[in-house]
Amino acid sequence: MTIMNTFSVWFIPLLIGGILVYGTVKKVPTYESFVEGGKEGFSLAVSMIPYLVGMLVAISVFRASGAMDAIISVGKPVFEWFHIPAEVVPLGLMRTISGSGALGMTSDLIASYGPDSFIGRLASTIQGSTDTTFYVLTVYFGAVGIRKMGYALKVGLLADLVGFLASIFAVTVFFS
Amino acid sequence: MLVIGFITAMLNGRMDEVNASLFKSTQEAVTLSLGLVSVLVFWLGLMKIAEKGGLLEKLAALFRPLVKRLFPDVPNNHPALGYILSNMVANLFGLGNAATPMGIKAMEQLKQLNGGKNEASRSMITLLAINTSSITLIPTTIIAIRMNYGSATPTDIVGTTLLATAISTVFALSIDRYFYYRSKRRERR
Repeated sequence: MTIMNTFSVWFIPLLIGGILVYGTVKKVPTYESFVEGGKEGFSLAVSMIPYLVGMLVAISVFRASGAMDAIISVGKPVFEWFHIPAEVVPLGLMRTISGSGALGMTSDLIASYGPDSFIGRLASTIQGSTDTTFYVLTVYFGAVGIRKMGYALKVGLLADLVGFLASIFAVTVFFS
Repeated sequence: MLVIGFITAMLNGRMDEVNASLFKSTQEAVTLSLGLVSVLVFWLGLMKIAEKGGLLEKLAALFRPLVKRLFPDVPNNHPALGYILSNMVANLFGLGNAATPMGIKAMEQLKQLNGGKNEASRSMITLLAINTSSITLIPTTIIAIRMNYGSATPTDIVGTTLLATAISTVFALSIDRYFYYRSKRRERR
């Protein structure tokens, strides 16, 4: 673990230094290029604001109204039938819509069941192996102004579902 | 989603909470976007140097066989491939704040390749699929949380996480392919 830690601490400075040295060797005007690229970064960040506002408002209303809890309670018998632990189902749903919300839920689960329990390990694995699809979709497509998403949302959500099921499978195989 | 939320709130009598969260989240969205300004400016500035020096093309050339298979629509040595690869590498090492700018830049280039249209192209959706199912070697945040709660073996979830993300990435790419060919077939009809 200490080797991994040292590695990740050194990785970014080495990467930055490497790029700068490389640019200088290749006689690229480093400072001018940096400023030029940085400007693009700013306009990209600003252009994604309306997309993020729209998406986050929809998600927060959905959560605050209790619609998400309703979905969970309706789906409960189905999850039980598939032997999916009911404790992690809210986490699986939350993971697709809010990164910080899911992280909070994972911490709660780890705190109440213990980090080395089945549920604790499962929550950790789910958190680590899936991503916030709605956020990624909004940021990546919003920044460059894509409005017609095609089948992107379907692909992202199905990938999350597979990641969720694969986590249950992996933890069951490894730890019981 | 909004309408479902409003109707449920009506039934549950939770309109107050909905109103509060509505405006809190608009603020959150703007904060989030502005928070991204710093990493976007920094990493894209740096990547511009790498791009001008030809480093991205070299990176793309090195991994061409793999990336060519994933993104058959992108021409050889196109800078988009370099950004896509940087995005994948950053994801692999769990460098989320470096992965996002590179992914966005790759999207921008893919949009140009697609004639600047405002609809998602095949390659864009593939890149998205890779990012939502992101393969992670070391889930650092989770390990830190597990340590905090006194886990005896905080890193023992690395194996399960790796297995689960590998499965979900393979599935994501297959689903992506499946939907692509299905939409192709529909167009032909």
